Amino acid sequence: MQHSGECRPQGLRLQVPGNALAVRRALALMTRGLADIGQSAAQIESAEMVMAEVLNNVVEHAYDSHPGLIEIHFDNDPRGMVCTVLDDGRPMPGHALPQGHLPPTQTELALQPEGGFGWHLIRSLTRDLSYERRADRNRLSFRLPVVAG
Amino acid sequence: MQLSTETISDALVVTVEEPRIDAAVAIQFKEAMREAAAAGPARVVLDLSRVTFLDSSGLGAVVAVMKHLAPARLELAGLTPAVARVFRLTRMDSVFTIHPAPTDAA
Repeated sequence: MQHSGECRPQGLRLQVPGNALAVRRALALMTRGLADIGQSAAQIESAEMVMAEVLNNVVEHAYDSHPGLIEIHFDNDPRGMVCTVLDDGRPMPGHALPQGHLPPTQTELALQPEGGFGWHLIRSLTRDLSYERRADRNRLSFRLPVVAG
Repeated sequence: MQLSTETISDALVVTVEEPRIDAAVAIQFKEAMREAAAAGPARVVLDLSRVTFLDSSGLGAVVAVMKHLAPARLELAGLTPAVARVFRLTRMDSVFTIHPAPTDAA
């Protein structure tokens, strides 16, 4: 009996240098790779949005003083891809995830926020987001839920 | 950061000629916009129809440009679906005047 899923890879692994240009290239590699493992265009769009924010955070905060590699795992799952991001940089402040509240809305143009959007985007598009500091490594994991279309 | 410009009636239409406004180019984008609008137009329409990806750094850069141009107005045009989604999820779509197409704006 043939199982059509047997010949298709069930996940992706990437190792990315912790800088903005390498992140760009990794995202391009990732979107191609996710298409190859059967993810829909809508899922790939969400994955790219989330991963851009997650990886930029690692580059800007975990690896701000010393460079390092970022390890990315994607694993297929019936409820959507499970993703894990590992780095050897500085721990998350308080060893905890930011809540991701949007900055309060402003009417005055000069007070409009230029930042503070990233964690809100991550939380809006993921489920089961968790962070752990273990053996001098940061470990962020989340699920990208199945998107219709 | 490649930009092209065109004056149409009272507006300077600035077209971003690259597919991504992200962490890698946010600073260059802000600088390029500063240069492009240096003559002080009353109104700038930012044509994003070639931009298929914008992250929170890119969004922050667009907000910074808006603040820098004031009191001149910055309006956006031609948002592709993924870019429109970022503005919507962050509720920044209520902060900007957003035209469906660049030709609607000028």
